[in-house]
Amino acid sequence: MSGLLATSPAPGGGLEPGALEQHLRARRASGAKLLVPYLMAGMTPDWLATLEAVVAAGADAVEVGIPFSDPVMDGPVIQDAALASLAAGTTPESVLAALGEADIDVPLAVMTYYNLIFRAGHRRMARSLAAAGVAAAIVPDLSLEELGPWAEEAGDAGVETVLLVAPSTSEARTAAICARSRGFVYAVARMGITGERADIGDAAAEVVAKIRRATDTPALVGVGVSTPEQATAVCAHADGVVVGSALVRRLLAGEGPEGAARFVGELRSAIDDG
Amino acid sequence: MSARAVNGVPGPSTLMGDPGPEGRFGDFGGRFVPESLVPACLELDAAFREAWADPGFHLEFEQILTEFGGRPTPVTRCLRLSERLGVTVLLKREDLAHTGSHKLNNVIGQALLTQRMGKTKMIAETGAGQHGVASATAAALLGLECTVFMGEVDVERQSLNVFRMELLGATVRPVTSGSRTLKDAVNEAMRAWVSEVADTHYCLGSVMGPHPFPYMVREFQSIIGREARGQCAALLDGAAPDLVVACVGGGSNAAGIFSGFVDTSSRLVGVEAAGGSAIGTGIPGVLHGMKSQLLQDEEGQIKEAHSISAGLDYPGIGPEHAHLAATGRAEYTRAGDDEVIDALCILAETEGIICALESAHALAWVLREAGGAIPAGSSVLVNLSGRGDKDVAQVRELLAARTKR
Repeated sequence: MSGLLATSPAPGGGLEPGALEQHLRARRASGAKLLVPYLMAGMTPDWLATLEAVVAAGADAVEVGIPFSDPVMDGPVIQDAALASLAAGTTPESVLAALGEADIDVPLAVMTYYNLIFRAGHRRMARSLAAAGVAAAIVPDLSLEELGPWAEEAGDAGVETVLLVAPSTSEARTAAICARSRGFVYAVARMGITGERADIGDAAAEVVAKIRRATDTPALVGVGVSTPEQATAVCAHADGVVVGSALVRRLLAGEGPEGAARFVGELRSAIDDG
Repeated sequence: MSARAVNGVPGPSTLMGDPGPEGRFGDFGGRFVPESLVPACLELDAAFREAWADPGFHLEFEQILTEFGGRPTPVTRCLRLSERLGVTVLLKREDLAHTGSHKLNNVIGQALLTQRMGKTKMIAETGAGQHGVASATAAALLGLECTVFMGEVDVERQSLNVFRMELLGATVRPVTSGSRTLKDAVNEAMRAWVSEVADTHYCLGSVMGPHPFPYMVREFQSIIGREARGQCAALLDGAAPDLVVACVGGGSNAAGIFSGFVDTSSRLVGVEAAGGSAIGTGIPGVLHGMKSQLLQDEEGQIKEAHSISAGLDYPGIGPEHAHLAATGRAEYTRAGDDEVIDALCILAETEGIICALESAHALAWVLREAGGAIPAGSSVLVNLSGRGDKDVAQVRELLAARTKR
């Protein structure tokens, strides 16, 4: 891994931002909009090459899914990717071993469900992530009320935990979530599960506005952002976008690293030209 | 009522009480859902607590269960079966409730809450179809729109219940993901709920899921235990039965009847399907919004349950049962497919009652253990959670297959 991720941990999730947040803040300060593609680890034999290709095509960070059997936040495309990955024998250990060997020069965030962390043990998982050079974790079914035990171990290991704010989240709850979110704040664009949508709707702008009133941590919009046009529209108010299903669908269709790079390149150009 | 501790475990003040704002049952329970759903869970918790403290709500709830639901359901003394087994067998007859199972108690409560929250639609998951039929029934009664998610496998093996739901005006959505059974129906219902939460209540069918569902569903089902407590006292010279036995999938009928006896010296016994025994072969984990005992591999990938009974085909169990097992206040055991079919046949032949395959698990354990784990002369209350009409075609096939074997 590059020196970028070698920053010292902030014990207990303290005030010193971690590698992901430092990187995103620096990129934002330079005037860039932030692009974070998502792909599912192990979904295709060449997923690591795909990861490298999307970084080369201009990703500021990458969200790497660790497959879980019952992903309730995910729509059919990411469910299919998870099933394909599990069928290929992917485990949290195999993903982290692969990431630890990979040469990726942007921060990585893993996205998975809480049961895999709970079973591994908070401390063990936090240290495994750190050892593999993973900067952050996104755990969508770990609500604010249940966050404590994981956040403490993650903080001690120097792993940032990205929290989600939804259209249904109240102003007061948004403030509480933003106070504990590390890396960035994930603005859920709509009430619903992951998957491509024909239009992105107005909710995203409102969620970002709520987050802005609570924190200056970068706010990235995800869930439903599918096209360069939508990414551009979202970046008019947000600091950046997470694009998952639209990329994963292309990979499931066999477009491979080249197709992934092409799509991420289009997203990059679109938000840069904004 | 006695408030003493049983076998040194906490007394009724802590067992089967209020799990608090975060829904904790010892190490189990909680609320593990995406942020989009947290506000809906908070809203539901507040609405339930407000309603449950309102005598007017209780009046309406109990009036519907009486006038429409056929409550109270009787306790039946099984004279011939008792003689055969050498123990006194009493059945709490939830099979006689409207729609044929205990499920109606819960859905009437939740449908009333749906209205109270100003929502117009309900979604529900179903395994055997009992909860789906009950939800469709409550929705029709109260003028709500109803969509039921049901695994494709269960749609096939419970086609009559699918048609019942449709007759009642509900939409049945077959679920084709994963194992295509109850677990995946819950996944799909939760996914749908995220999108439709503004005007839709998720009418969860058992004492599982994120807080407040395990607590709320137990409270709605506690009417079973309250009735049975009084009925048993009348039949047993004021005493509680020596054992209270119920089948457990998610565990709502068991929670309902246990709650009436948790503060007595009755042994509480939950009987799981051998192929879906979350207490027997599961380990702690988090699924469907709750921390509980789950069938899963070492990494935490959820395993599929296997049972002839669609209603028990679930890899988890309600978190309060996990806690009752951990404290030792309730025992959990299991019954296999073959002895379950035998139990169903024996009850039919000796008592004239065809029960659901789910309920036959509780009976199978009693048949197996009478004179063993159940000392001769004991009094045993079995919660007969549902009637067997939905299962007769399947039982016929199973018996035919057995004859060939």
